Amino acid sequence: MLKKFAATVVGLAAGLSLSGIVAAAEISIALGAEVTSLDPHFHNLSPNNNVAEHVFDKLVLQDEMQRLKPGLAVSWRAIDERTWEVKLRQGVKFHDGSAFTADDVAATFERVPWVPNSPSAFTTYTKPIGHPIVLDPYTIQFKTEAPYPMLPVDIANVYIVSRKQAKAPTEEFNSGKAMNGTGPFKFASWTRGDRITLVRNEAYWGDKPTWDKVTFRQITNDPTRVAALLAGDVNAIEIVPTADMARLKASKDISIFRVVSNRIIFFHMDTDRDKTPAIFDKQGRPLEKNPLKDLRVCKAISKAMNRSAIVDRVMEGEAIAAGQLLPDGFYGTSPNLKPEGYDVEGARKLLSEAGYGTGFAMIIHCPNNRYVNDEKICQAAAQMLGRVGIDAKVEAMPSNVFFSRANKLEFSFMLVGWGSGTGEVSSPLRALLATFDRDRGMGASNRGRYSNRKVDALLDQALAMVDDGKREKLLQQASEVAINDLGIIPLHYQVNSWATRKGYTYVPRTDESTFAFEFKPGS
Amino acid sequence: MTATTPEIVAESAVAAKPQTPFRRFVSDFFESRVATAGLVVFALVLFVALFAPLISPQNPYDLTKLDILDGRLTPGAKSMDGMTFLLGTDDQGRDMLSAIFYGLRTSLGVGVTASFCAMMIGMAMGLTAAYFGGMVDTFIMRIVDMQLSFPSILIALILLAVLGQGVDKIVIALIAVQWAYYARTTRGTALVERRKEYIEAAQCLALSNKRVVFRHLLPNCLPPIIVVNTVLIANAIALEATLSFLGLGLPITEPSLGLLIANGFTYLLSGKYWISFFPGVALLVTIVSINLVGDQLRDVLNPRLQK
Amino acid sequence: MLVYFIRRMMQAVLVLFIMSILVFVGVFSIGNPVDILINPQADQEEIARAIRVLGLDKPLWEQYWLFLVNAARGDLGRSFVFNIPAIELILQRMPATMELAICATFMGVLMGIPLGMWAGLKPDSVSGKSIMAGSILGFSLPTFWVGLMLIMIFAVYLGWLPSTGRGQTRNFLGIELSILTWDGIKHMMMPAFNLALFKLSLVIRLARAGTREAILQDYVKFARAKGLRSGRIIGVHVFKNIMIPIVTVLGLELGSTIAFAVVTETVFAWPGMGKLIIDSINLLDRPVIVAYLMIIVFMFIVINLVVDLMYSVLDPRVRIAEARG
Repeated sequence: MLKKFAATVVGLAAGLSLSGIVAAAEISIALGAEVTSLDPHFHNLSPNNNVAEHVFDKLVLQDEMQRLKPGLAVSWRAIDERTWEVKLRQGVKFHDGSAFTADDVAATFERVPWVPNSPSAFTTYTKPIGHPIVLDPYTIQFKTEAPYPMLPVDIANVYIVSRKQAKAPTEEFNSGKAMNGTGPFKFASWTRGDRITLVRNEAYWGDKPTWDKVTFRQITNDPTRVAALLAGDVNAIEIVPTADMARLKASKDISIFRVVSNRIIFFHMDTDRDKTPAIFDKQGRPLEKNPLKDLRVCKAISKAMNRSAIVDRVMEGEAIAAGQLLPDGFYGTSPNLKPEGYDVEGARKLLSEAGYGTGFAMIIHCPNNRYVNDEKICQAAAQMLGRVGIDAKVEAMPSNVFFSRANKLEFSFMLVGWGSGTGEVSSPLRALLATFDRDRGMGASNRGRYSNRKVDALLDQALAMVDDGKREKLLQQASEVAINDLGIIPLHYQVNSWATRKGYTYVPRTDESTFAFEFKPGS
Repeated sequence: MTATTPEIVAESAVAAKPQTPFRRFVSDFFESRVATAGLVVFALVLFVALFAPLISPQNPYDLTKLDILDGRLTPGAKSMDGMTFLLGTDDQGRDMLSAIFYGLRTSLGVGVTASFCAMMIGMAMGLTAAYFGGMVDTFIMRIVDMQLSFPSILIALILLAVLGQGVDKIVIALIAVQWAYYARTTRGTALVERRKEYIEAAQCLALSNKRVVFRHLLPNCLPPIIVVNTVLIANAIALEATLSFLGLGLPITEPSLGLLIANGFTYLLSGKYWISFFPGVALLVTIVSINLVGDQLRDVLNPRLQK
Repeated sequence: MLVYFIRRMMQAVLVLFIMSILVFVGVFSIGNPVDILINPQADQEEIARAIRVLGLDKPLWEQYWLFLVNAARGDLGRSFVFNIPAIELILQRMPATMELAICATFMGVLMGIPLGMWAGLKPDSVSGKSIMAGSILGFSLPTFWVGLMLIMIFAVYLGWLPSTGRGQTRNFLGIELSILTWDGIKHMMMPAFNLALFKLSLVIRLARAGTREAILQDYVKFARAKGLRSGRIIGVHVFKNIMIPIVTVLGLELGSTIAFAVVTETVFAWPGMGKLIIDSINLLDRPVIVAYLMIIVFMFIVINLVVDLMYSVLDPRVRIAEARG
């Protein structure tokens, strides 16, 4: 049995060279998550948006580093603090041949709040900026109630549909009837749960896509997705499992493309309540005080984390140790924040200063199917906490249970992640570190209920600052305050990776998107 | 009727000393060398499972004793503090040999406990239904039908989603899944047996219900139940592994064999075979030995096959 | 007969009713679907809107009442995630799963009965023992592990079969079937075998046990004494006898085969309804979960009915009227 197995492994390499590359103008790509709807406004969900991006355009697009670039808008600028003017691209045609004008933008903004039964609507982006005012067929203005510097970022999330589809229900998109965009590909077919096929839009306004035909396969199971690539059934896969990374890298038939992502993995802890549900003394009795309210304890936990071991061992190199909310170079990150060094002695010292020299016991709550290696990271963290005297147990659960319970504040110390869709620090600051305020939508995912007036004040200022340079300074300051105050304990940034058969290249993207038009033949 | 019931055998056996029914059963059982081997292996597995904490080189439950820097070492490699990992380590630096010993303990514990409880409940229900018939039968079988109309994996999924993870929870889920199979099998067999002459004969002799059910009906229903039991213990272990694969089984900090395989599954394609291969072998050996023993038991217990 | 039929149907409705309550309460207690579905950046107003749109703002009993009212009209609700009627969603996926399950069952029966009878007739031969050893392996290996092994050997190493997916399908009487195209059959082989493995082992065991028992029975002895050819004895008398347990078990197993297809479907990326239900549980898409269970339960009840009827045909000793009191 063992011998047979070894033969299989050796044979893998031989088998690889046998299966060739399919006809050059077609590409088939395996996605790691399921597309639930083709309606670009129904559910704000990465795989859905990923497909929408091929068929529809947005006013403003994001490049591979999530920097903004012109899409259906050729320019945008703030005329005054509350008015933005957007110039539209001329000569763009929808797939049905009709011309794109400002009225289609207006139609889109009417459709977004209208979409029936949406479980997660795009109104998050349209509501703060209001409806566009059409000045002429190629000029629109947005009037906001308050100064709103995030407008270009927000409109970079809304897919533009034609006026004809303003009242098209989701079903018509799903059947393909309403899949009428201006994007580089036209919709061809969709088999639910299996595949989506697209064909090239010959009349596309931008760079002609290389591929005549694109097939997106949905293979959510990790090893299966890798097997499909190795067997040559697909030309490329997204979300390469870290476990297979080393072997795929070694294979001469496979190319790997990777880039640091906008997703940070971190610990969120209850720094608010005096009695917290999942922390005990070593005999399992509840503690009088919540140790996590003491900054020194949080600092000690952060020092106890051997981030490079987690990156090397658990993530197999597919991560970068984190010291703040987004990797260096993203908008609003501070050059002064560095990952906390691994320091067991320092951690022990801080714990005894805080009066926990003998340690305490704690449950780390953790999802087991949400982030890359989530549960394994928690186990490694528990090992490391053990070395400084904190008895940590890991309780991992599927994300459906995890997030419901986390939102009910049933946890004291949990592993979570945050991907910044906007590519700037304001997104995690608002969601994770701003004081929880239901009505203003602040701290919506602040499950530790961290609260610091200074952070709130800086953030409020930043969110109303239209000047990009000044805004970045404010965001940097807010990050510095919040991170030095350990509102969260950053662990690492994930690395996004794609693997292709030899003979293809991909421009890896920080936002985890897999765009067929970014794949090119040649190596 | 060719059937010689154990009752009759027993009575004739008493006459023909020294062959007691038990001795006869034992000698019949050991007639098959394969089954004997199975029993020996199973005894070994049982020994390992029972004494895992004493014979394991490491306590794989204790996260503080592990070091991820020892993670994914090949079989035979040495840890940083000089310990040898005979079967390699998993991604957390857990010694696979110890993990398998503890895993056997969990898997067997879960499988046997769940199946035994399920068998007791199911048999009681099935016999009651078959023997009394009428309303009792209808009532019990409606519950069984309802239960069986939920495919087992779904009950388990939903129960675990509601209950959360843990050894006790998975045992509850497995019992909930399996009892109805026993009930249905028992009832089905008992129904056929009940119509046979020896039961009528026993009833004609005005034996008590209890005696008829337990001394006559039950022994004749046992062979299929034992077959089902062997199948279902194996099934329980496999189902537990499957649930882990789907992300709902035991917590990884208390690994069962199934979970070890599921955990190593991610590493299979990348050539780190030992993480799921050795637990797979251990699982195989366990289940095969259980099944060999069960098979032979069935042949020996089946009165119709007795020479 | 008719009375029996009507009674079973009424029981079926009762079962469906109780089931739906269980599922409603069960899924309700798992968590709030909006927690998972919503964009984490959404503000409270948006969250409230989503909860209202999905009808989750009403008390549980009212949600259930609405479900019952709609269910009586044949509407089991719309998927939270897909925004199409749950039944439609499931029915779209059903042919793929049914095709897989039926192929797997056939594979199990066609391979299992001859093998099992052979093992039963020659229990002490090397071949007979090997067959039994094989069946024990079939029980022992976890499905997902076998599935991955199959992919590694046949798709990656040998390159004979495609690794995943359903392949080309052809429309037959309005149903997309992959068994009608060569590409489809190639895609079908591994997942069907993967799913069949358990059934195969089960059928082998049942067939062997049945055969061994049958050849010792009086009627076989009489048939032999009467000078019937052994081919006829085995083909007719023994065969008929062993079919009773096989039909019962396979009937019972068909439902669970369909449900267990979830693992095979996950490994082989087979676009069936098993994969749908796991995703729906993970996303707490209650209408789909409820509708899926309703459909499975309904199918199961029909299967049971058929099994009972066949049982009474095959074994005259068990008469429906008697058995059902």
